[in-house]
Amino acid sequence: MTAPTTTAHDSWSELQTTALLGTDRRPLPAPAGPPALAAAAGAVDRADPATALLDLAALATVRRRAGALPLPAPALPAPAEDDPRPEVPEAAARRLGFLLGGRGPDTSLANLTELLPQWLAAARAHGYRPPPVHLPALLDTARARSELRPDVVALAGPLGRWLAERNPDWRFVGRTAGAALPVDPTEVTAEHTSEHAGGGTAAGEQIWQEGLFAERVTHLTRLRRRDPAAGLDLLRSTWATERAEDRLLFLDALQDGLSGADEEFLEAALGDRSKNVRATAAELLSTLPGSALAARMAERARACVRPLDGVLAVDPPTECDTAMQRDGIPPKSPTGRGQRSWWLGEIVAAAPLSLWTDATGLTPGQLLALPAREGGEADGTDWSAELREAWARAAVRQRDESWARALLGPAPRTGGADRSAGAPAKLLAVLPAAERATWTAAFVRTHGLGDAFQLLGACATPWTPPLSTAVVAALERAAGSGAYPWSHSGVLGMTERALAPAAAPAVEALAADAAPETAWSDTFTRLAETLRLRAAMLAELVP
Amino acid sequence: MHEPTDKPGPYGDRPSVRPARMSVARPSVVGMEERWSNEHVLSLAPDQASLKAAGKLSAPAPWTGAGWGGGALWGECRGSGRTPYRPCVDLSGPAYQCTCPSRKFPCKHVLGLLLLWSAGSAAVAADAEQPDWVDAWLTKRRQGAEQRAVRQQERREAGTDDAAARRRAGQRALRVAAGAQELRLRLADGVRHGLADHAAASGGWEEVAARMVDAQAPGLAARARELAHAPQEGLLEEYALLHLLAGAYGRVDELPAPLAATVRTRVGFSTGAEEVLAGPTVRDRWHVLGSRDTADERLTTRRIWLRGAKTGRPALLLSFGSPGRAPEVALPTGRVLEAELAFHPGARPLRAVLGTRYGEPEAAPAGPPAGVRPAEAVAGYGEAVADDPWLDAWPAVLAEVVPVLGPEGWQLTDGHSAVPLRRGALPEQALWRLAALSAGHPVTLFGEYGHAGFAPVTAWTADGPAIGLGQ
Repeated sequence: MTAPTTTAHDSWSELQTTALLGTDRRPLPAPAGPPALAAAAGAVDRADPATALLDLAALATVRRRAGALPLPAPALPAPAEDDPRPEVPEAAARRLGFLLGGRGPDTSLANLTELLPQWLAAARAHGYRPPPVHLPALLDTARARSELRPDVVALAGPLGRWLAERNPDWRFVGRTAGAALPVDPTEVTAEHTSEHAGGGTAAGEQIWQEGLFAERVTHLTRLRRRDPAAGLDLLRSTWATERAEDRLLFLDALQDGLSGADEEFLEAALGDRSKNVRATAAELLSTLPGSALAARMAERARACVRPLDGVLAVDPPTECDTAMQRDGIPPKSPTGRGQRSWWLGEIVAAAPLSLWTDATGLTPGQLLALPAREGGEADGTDWSAELREAWARAAVRQRDESWARALLGPAPRTGGADRSAGAPAKLLAVLPAAERATWTAAFVRTHGLGDAFQLLGACATPWTPPLSTAVVAALERAAGSGAYPWSHSGVLGMTERALAPAAAPAVEALAADAAPETAWSDTFTRLAETLRLRAAMLAELVP
Repeated sequence: MHEPTDKPGPYGDRPSVRPARMSVARPSVVGMEERWSNEHVLSLAPDQASLKAAGKLSAPAPWTGAGWGGGALWGECRGSGRTPYRPCVDLSGPAYQCTCPSRKFPCKHVLGLLLLWSAGSAAVAADAEQPDWVDAWLTKRRQGAEQRAVRQQERREAGTDDAAARRRAGQRALRVAAGAQELRLRLADGVRHGLADHAAASGGWEEVAARMVDAQAPGLAARARELAHAPQEGLLEEYALLHLLAGAYGRVDELPAPLAATVRTRVGFSTGAEEVLAGPTVRDRWHVLGSRDTADERLTTRRIWLRGAKTGRPALLLSFGSPGRAPEVALPTGRVLEAELAFHPGARPLRAVLGTRYGEPEAAPAGPPAGVRPAEAVAGYGEAVADDPWLDAWPAVLAEVVPVLGPEGWQLTDGHSAVPLRRGALPEQALWRLAALSAGHPVTLFGEYGHAGFAPVTAWTADGPAIGLGQ
């Protein structure tokens, strides 16, 4: 292993060759090497060559081991950059070890897979750096579970990048978007983005020209967050030569920092060879209320829907002309709906919502209350459902709170028949977190958990105490009604992730009240256990 | 690459020969009423499944009447059955007892209770009065220990003069000598016909190993068995060292006493812990530099490396656990224990038996322990090999070295010279843990340096605590 002197090495290889071939076939080498070794070798009894060979080899082996020298020093690599963030508290670090499957006490594996993402998100939000000793396991876990990568890469910080440069298994670190150190993109300064892959112009240019697709998307997304104009310029520089599928995804990256400055490029993309690229460009433009596309759509919308006295007179288009098609309206409904209703929906969904309130002086709620009939005639076709649906899509696209609120309506009451238009979960996502939770809690109280899955998914975690209480009460009702827990498995899984720790006593009480050895008692016991663990875990992360 | 003496052979230091528990009879010591650290409790678990199960019991919920006092810890744990289980720990032993039927030892109830206690939970009453059942168990246990000590003393007094035992020892010496002689012939035949044929003949070494077992030379048997699996490039070295050992046993009576003891140990004669403890002991403040468990299907072996703060002497404690049972001795890395050690005889004494302890393991001074440069570690092993040619590695603390990954694998360097990391010494992920700890900066490493490279066990960064790298 360590370097022996040349002569010693030669005499050793002589011995080895003789041993390989056998002393029957090859004579013993003469004593060689430095004087002391040669003298000792000379003293060996050579009567039996085989025994003598073993004696000589023993001498040489012990000499080599006892006299070995260290290796010359290799070049030292540049150390990892310092990480100014504080290390996670000791108890939280130990918990991370358990969550990563290390040695330690914990409960079932199902809970661990739920808890690790929460640990990562909380640690990242607190601005910690993880203990270095856990980084390899953390990076290995993120390699297997790509949904963890943004948090893991952000947490791992400069040391994670340093390690990834040395271990090809962790190459994803260089390709993971959304992992720039600070959570707030406005805090990203040119100084410290230049240090990681793609930040600096030269390195960035190289990644853009030669990188893998994922690396390029990451680079574009990061650049776009920091400097939208530079991102657009970069995309423009190679746009004409990109493949259609790639153009589509690069276009998606423009969502970050989208503004009027992008309009010209997007307008040009409306003439793209690829239908999907055209549609995406149109969709992006429709979220810019001041864009020319929005103005054209407003024009078309005004032609279709006119406010009359207390009525909305609707005249859906009768054809989809080339100008409409260029603006991203497909001539045929993908679901085979009536053509006119499809075109109407596309136009209204892409028109600025301010159009309606400005034109009528009415609030969104008042507008929604107006009857909408073909031609404004009392016996004309009722278009209100279509209109509502299109407004809902517009409210989601334009992230318009007042329209979303009006479309959702007041939080549902028992017996209330009015169900919201569009996808309530999407509308809900437009509202502030507290309002979302209140609305959903009312929904759960009224309708139970059956249809609540997506709504609950739209709520911020951990759930607010009132929402948690509503969900626990609904679970109690479900258990009391003889339903099976597995018919609520989706909601239960979400509950393990999202229920407020304050709900733990209520769940423990449910567990205690449930008939022993039943599925519900197991379910509540497990849920209570998860809450306890999660509360302990989050408490450990508090600075 | 490992020390044959470290491995209990068929006649070797099986767990049946347990280290004498000198601590049992000692008076209670100040500082005993200190809670154990979480790490200490974790190190007691016989396996991962027990820890998982214990985790569920480490909350206050299932416990009633848990208390702590008079050197004992106890509680009642509600299970699915009607009567609660009653785990109890003698903290001075430590020794465990539980009414559950588990064959794991310590069981999940004991571990859960220890975890709850080490976390400082109010559910375990401090300075509590021992219930009758705890008191009864402790009394019985201490009486048993006294009786054992008396019996041991009687055996020692009776055994020294036993003619039958001497005759048996003489017979064994003859058998081993015949085995060693036969082994020399087999080795010489090997090189006479050429080691190129070794692969074809490797099946024969299993048979030779079996004959060495018959000859009551388990050390020779283990080395012979390894020959069957040795790679060709290292084969001549292995042949030569085994030849040297067998030859040395042939004239063991002419060798200086320490070397003779080394040869006897390596051939497979073992010295019982009690016998070792009967000899001279070294009292020091022993710094726990590292610990590692290795397990096969029969046995878990725990190595704990120590270094004397006053004497600077390295020491290795071995303890064993059968499957489902944790090895008996648990000393957390990074702590210091004032105790007497008795060393097994040899030309390079390292293996030791733990004698009287003076107090519990205490926190070591902050910061990494003192260490040497790579070049000094190489020289240190060289000196050790000159004393004991069969030594594969010798403990060393490398100060301020940077792990560097090169085309030949990992090396450790202080900027002046370097030593390679022994291949296979650490699993892949542990190597990267070491790299992450260092981040390109110097770290202090405890491990074993030998002809195959350095095998790290524990790492210290400039300001951090000791971190075990193996598991």
